[in-house]
Amino acid sequence: MAKIIVVTSGKGGVGKTTSSASIASGLALRGHKTAVVDFDVGLRNLDLIMGCERRVVYDLVNVINKEASLNQALIKDKHCDNLFVLPASQTRDKNALTEEGIERVLKDLAAMDFEYIVCDSPAGIEHGAVMALTFADEAIVVTNPEVSSVRDSDRILGIIQAKSRRAKDGGEPVKEHLLITRYVPKRVDAGEMLSHTDVQEILRIPLLGVIPESESVLHASNQGNPAIHLEGSDVAQAYQDMVARFLGEEVPMRYTTYEKPGLLKRIFGGK
Amino acid sequence: MALLSFLFNTKTKSASTAKERLQIIIARERHGHSGADFLPALHKELIAVISKYTRVNADDIKISLDRQGNLEVLDVNVVLPDAVTAK
Repeated sequence: MAKIIVVTSGKGGVGKTTSSASIASGLALRGHKTAVVDFDVGLRNLDLIMGCERRVVYDLVNVINKEASLNQALIKDKHCDNLFVLPASQTRDKNALTEEGIERVLKDLAAMDFEYIVCDSPAGIEHGAVMALTFADEAIVVTNPEVSSVRDSDRILGIIQAKSRRAKDGGEPVKEHLLITRYVPKRVDAGEMLSHTDVQEILRIPLLGVIPESESVLHASNQGNPAIHLEGSDVAQAYQDMVARFLGEEVPMRYTTYEKPGLLKRIFGGK
Repeated sequence: MALLSFLFNTKTKSASTAKERLQIIIARERHGHSGADFLPALHKELIAVISKYTRVNADDIKISLDRQGNLEVLDVNVVLPDAVTAK
């Protein structure tokens, strides 16, 4: 039975696509057959982040409209054999996403033995975002430690609890997870930034991971490599930890505390 | 002044302000989701009903919804005009 995960946030620019790419890659690296679906019709970007933009022929809307088969539209990832990307359409508008169409595509993916289907939601709370979360079993809410992002995350949690299929059917609710990105322990330490415990206290959902702010995320997107592949970087390790926690392992949080540089480090520099 | 704050390392702790503001606004918005949308309509109808018996201004009726622990408290405060209370 495939598990459908929506990566959502309400607010734009907080790291949904970056996180979707790394989460899907992380699940695939752990041996799970995974599909990652871009729901941002009209503003697709997951293909760029995954580095497969030149291989896009058919897209999600083509599959919904039965103009192409899933096999034709799915793009095999360049790093993982068991990871596939389903890009969004760049030319249609968001109304091309119909509930019946999406339900059929997700069912067909499940029938192809995908274990995880990661849905990369567009920003906002309109049709596209609602479609991305409608069929979710679990939701990963991406939040920056900043007032507007936290408020919008609370809003999207309300929408998950009202509009998801699970909520409407009255069954077991969508399992919610908090993923904090662009975290700067130094600024938290100085009292300039909300801490991860602050954000968690406000949103009241379990914390899945904290991804530190890092220059390497831009390097990764420049090259079309999901950040989780950047060997030795704190971001890659934080995403790997997060995926391990998602799979039920107990992994302590890393990169959440600031250590003052020692005297030598201050004199001789280094990062 | 800049030199002073540099020397004494006085930093603004704005994160606590952010937390406080968020807690207040989110509590209020969650209320909204839980059905407090009826307050304006209730206000209007209360004015209509009370106006059948006495003259009141819209401003003389105050409604507020508060939360005390797990209890929601609907507070309705009606100030009757002097002429009525004198009767």
